[in-house]
Amino acid sequence: MWQFFHKLGSPKWFFGIATRFMPWLLAAGLLLLAAGIVWGLGFAPKDYLQGNSYRIIFIHVPTAFIAQSIYIMMASAAVVTLVWRMKLADVFVKAIAPVGLVLTFLSLFTGAVWGKPTWGTWWVWDARLTSMLILLFLYGGAIALDRAIADEKSAARAVAVLLLVGVVNIPIIQYSVEWWNTLHQPSTFKLTEKPSMPAEMWVPLLLSVLGLYLLFGWLACLRMKTEILIREQKTRWVKELVLAGRG
Amino acid sequence: MAFDSFSAFLAMEGHGPYVWACYGVFAILLGGLMIWSRRRHRSVLAECRRRYQQQDQRANKGQTKTAATFTRVEVSQE
Amino acid sequence: MHPIRKKRLTIVLFLVVGIAIAVGLITYALRQNINLFYDPTEIAAGNAPVDTRIRAGGMVEAGSVVRDTESLIVNFRVTDFAASVPVQYEGILPDLFAEGQGVVAMGRLNEQGLFVADQVLAKHDENYMPPEVAEALERSSKGQHKAVNAEKAAESATY
Repeated sequence: MWQFFHKLGSPKWFFGIATRFMPWLLAAGLLLLAAGIVWGLGFAPKDYLQGNSYRIIFIHVPTAFIAQSIYIMMASAAVVTLVWRMKLADVFVKAIAPVGLVLTFLSLFTGAVWGKPTWGTWWVWDARLTSMLILLFLYGGAIALDRAIADEKSAARAVAVLLLVGVVNIPIIQYSVEWWNTLHQPSTFKLTEKPSMPAEMWVPLLLSVLGLYLLFGWLACLRMKTEILIREQKTRWVKELVLAGRG
Repeated sequence: MAFDSFSAFLAMEGHGPYVWACYGVFAILLGGLMIWSRRRHRSVLAECRRRYQQQDQRANKGQTKTAATFTRVEVSQE
Repeated sequence: MHPIRKKRLTIVLFLVVGIAIAVGLITYALRQNINLFYDPTEIAAGNAPVDTRIRAGGMVEAGSVVRDTESLIVNFRVTDFAASVPVQYEGILPDLFAEGQGVVAMGRLNEQGLFVADQVLAKHDENYMPPEVAEALERSSKGQHKAVNAEKAAESATY
């Protein structure tokens, strides 16, 4: 197990694996996301209460869900950076932070636009919305901190500590709708219960979540490869790879 | 199909502007991020290739020209 | 595992656990401020401050909505099925406002116990379903009586 773990930390090994998987991730991701969105927009029935405005759910839930899981992945990588000092963990954090920022922004934006016709307001300072805004600031803070520190290693450690401090926000986002009175409704999906929507609504939603997850995987591989090229350009294997045209 | 016509699909019974604004911004930002990441990867790759080729050329020159000559020195911009 | 790594891992765990406890205590102490609104039970028990801008949330009691014929003033009661609070609001209500639906009203509680709202937001639950299913459910659970009521409410909500 430890051997695999250390192999995972080798940029060269990762570069090869990522190059092999990327076309599949892109194709499957685009296909699933398109299927989920087309189904959700044009074929799923409308909601009895909200009518057609609920169709925003097919991008609101995927962006919000993946924005949170990217943060969990980054915090796990932060532990690896601090404890094992693995190069690839830091490459991962640096490469996916902007993706997390964009997805968090999208979930806040789609939520605001959805809130106007359903709740009657764009924004309200309830626990769910506020904790999601804090997540946006955590992403922004991590990116800014990384750019502010010139030394690569110190930057990686500072960002890792910030990410670990912020990880407490994740359960707060998740349970805010149960712990406190909020305008935001509780989760439609719970691990232990059946979803409180019919299959012709949750199947397209599941498809777009999976599709966006795969596209995130593609983006992560691509951006990590870029970061590896920059960091390892003095090594022999990168030179051979680039001159052979296998970047 | 949940709608009778294409215009009904666009109107979404009055919710059209909200729904389409969300999907539009989603497509622009996600697509933009994907294209920008790909372009950046390509430009980093091209930059590396250029540098390696320069290095190789310089190494070759060093082997063939043994005597000192007063050629113009290439100043790197980086 | 290498002893140095073990030590680093312990430090990391202490950091995370410590922050979790600190944030847990802070949010527990501030729970009344984090709550977006007061329940009708809390307001009826006198826990909500009088003449301060607060929010009240709950369900619109069935059959309690009275619309003024001359103006945009609406009177209704907000309930959590244990207690209820009378609310007065002047303005345009959100589309989702209906009897039996959740609302969050912002305003002031006056001396007489009337909640004078200046903003009413609609709150919906986590259940989504097609209109036909909702109709069938309504019919089977409450009988024809409730369905007619819901139609009336929908009619009155349209203007």
